[in-house]
Amino acid sequence: MTVANETSGRSSESALAVDVRDASLIYNPVEAPVHALANIDLAVRPGEFVSLIGPSGCGKTTLLRVIADLEHITSGSVLVNGVSPHDARLSRAYGYVFQAPALFPWRTVLANVTLPLQIQGKSKADAKRIAMEHLERVGLKGFEGKYPWQLSGGMQQRVSIARALSFEPKILMMDEPFGALDEITRDRLNEQLQQLWQRERRTVVFVTHSIAEAVYLSTKIVVMSPRPGRIVKVIDSPLPDERHLGLRDTPAFMELAHEVREALADGHH
Amino acid sequence: MKYARHWQMATTKTLTQRAMHDWLPVVVVLMAVVLAWYVAAWGLNAPGAIERVLDEEAGYTQMELFEATMTMERPLMPAPHQVAMDFYESLTEWPVDSPRNLIYHVIVTGQSTLLGFCLGTALGLFLSVLIVHSRTLDKALLPWIVASQTVPVLAIAPIVLVVLGSLGFSGTAPKAFIAMYLCFFPVTVAMVQGLRSPQKIETEMMHTYAASRWQSLWLLRLPAALPFLFPALRVGVAAGLVGAMVAELPTGAQAGLGARLLTGSYYGQTVQIWSALVMSALLGLALTGIVAGVERLVLRSRGGV
Repeated sequence: MTVANETSGRSSESALAVDVRDASLIYNPVEAPVHALANIDLAVRPGEFVSLIGPSGCGKTTLLRVIADLEHITSGSVLVNGVSPHDARLSRAYGYVFQAPALFPWRTVLANVTLPLQIQGKSKADAKRIAMEHLERVGLKGFEGKYPWQLSGGMQQRVSIARALSFEPKILMMDEPFGALDEITRDRLNEQLQQLWQRERRTVVFVTHSIAEAVYLSTKIVVMSPRPGRIVKVIDSPLPDERHLGLRDTPAFMELAHEVREALADGHH
Repeated sequence: MKYARHWQMATTKTLTQRAMHDWLPVVVVLMAVVLAWYVAAWGLNAPGAIERVLDEEAGYTQMELFEATMTMERPLMPAPHQVAMDFYESLTEWPVDSPRNLIYHVIVTGQSTLLGFCLGTALGLFLSVLIVHSRTLDKALLPWIVASQTVPVLAIAPIVLVVLGSLGFSGTAPKAFIAMYLCFFPVTVAMVQGLRSPQKIETEMMHTYAASRWQSLWLLRLPAALPFLFPALRVGVAAGLVGAMVAELPTGAQAGLGARLLTGSYYGQTVQIWSALVMSALLGLALTGIVAGVERLVLRSRGGV
């Protein structure tokens, strides 16, 4: 292993799920340049749960969108599973959960979850079987025949998570998925997401502006700061992988939350 | 038992209430229209009746004048019951394949309207897909499409009929062409808007699934555009009917509701004109009703959206 690493430096890099090096994104470079991202370095190992946290305008969503091939960097390099974001997208390496559920109102819950499978050319029967499995995993068995407007906001977002996971992508990207939900629903979904990650250990890149959410869910917390959008601190969580909501009242949790808060405050100076 | 009866009474009450609610406005408006029609017939026909029917020297009562205005052979404005009688006789006293039966003309006009409507809808869908997918075509086609509608159909129709006639197309085809000419426009405009209605988040989601353009069109853009399509279809089918009738005017007027209108005005048969008018209005209502029915079925099959 070590020999291989030394002889070909790329092999250890390509083992990374996400590898961002010196990436910058400048909007409007000629007239009024806006440094959305400045010299970002980020490495995400397979199986990690990484949260990007920071105030609005710090570029956390932009960074996620760059990794998902929804935005393009102006300099630097980004590799997803060892290939460019474009190729990773074409090989369906990641599932993306947006801030809003973005369910198609003319499709039932089941048909919404089968959508990506249908696009990938899976047979109807296979798509249905797989989608039902995923709906059960997010606790929505029995709701497959309903239409999106018949569900609550939290249930809709769970459908969208089931949809993102339906084709078993290696990486799950989530852009403030619970931002629009009330705190009680949010806590419950955080717990379910944590359990989902426990079972599958899928790589997750998670954007949030909630310290509690980031600390509770993540194995690694990336603190970002605006103008220009940059990473001010990367904190590896000392918390155990096995977590429950009660953990949030423990000293270890509070200490970590404090550290994140300090880093956020530092970023503002 | 007591409760059951109570409940039954409550439902019958609400049913009659519902009928009142649904039909009363329609009936009231209908009665107002018929009343206004009678008043207009009386007023407009009076001078003609005095001149042609009544003996001015011998004198006449107002009642006689009223009766005369209601029963004239070729009134300026036929009374509703005259139109109704003509309508009824045309439907009952002549076989369906006779030019004296309005149903015959409905079939002729309806055929070209429906054919033109289908062609126009297909053309509208095709154009809107092209426009939405190509910026160049958007700029190149849209001004021509708008300009095409500023040219009066009445001017276009004879040209089209002559050109198509010289190519060997006569009968339904040229009329369907004019109907298509009027149909495709509302469909194109509505579908361009509808196909562009998906939000950024939805198109980006399809992008993350690496969906092809065709898949995005078929799975996202078209279903999202359906609520825009149906109102355009209702407008389109009515416009197509006007187009088909206008196209019947310059052909020498052999068959169709438009031809019926024209022969009526040639021979001063005002009652015939009016019953043809009423029939074309009924045909228009029926066609838009069919489109609305299809709309309801389609939207219900996808959860009412």
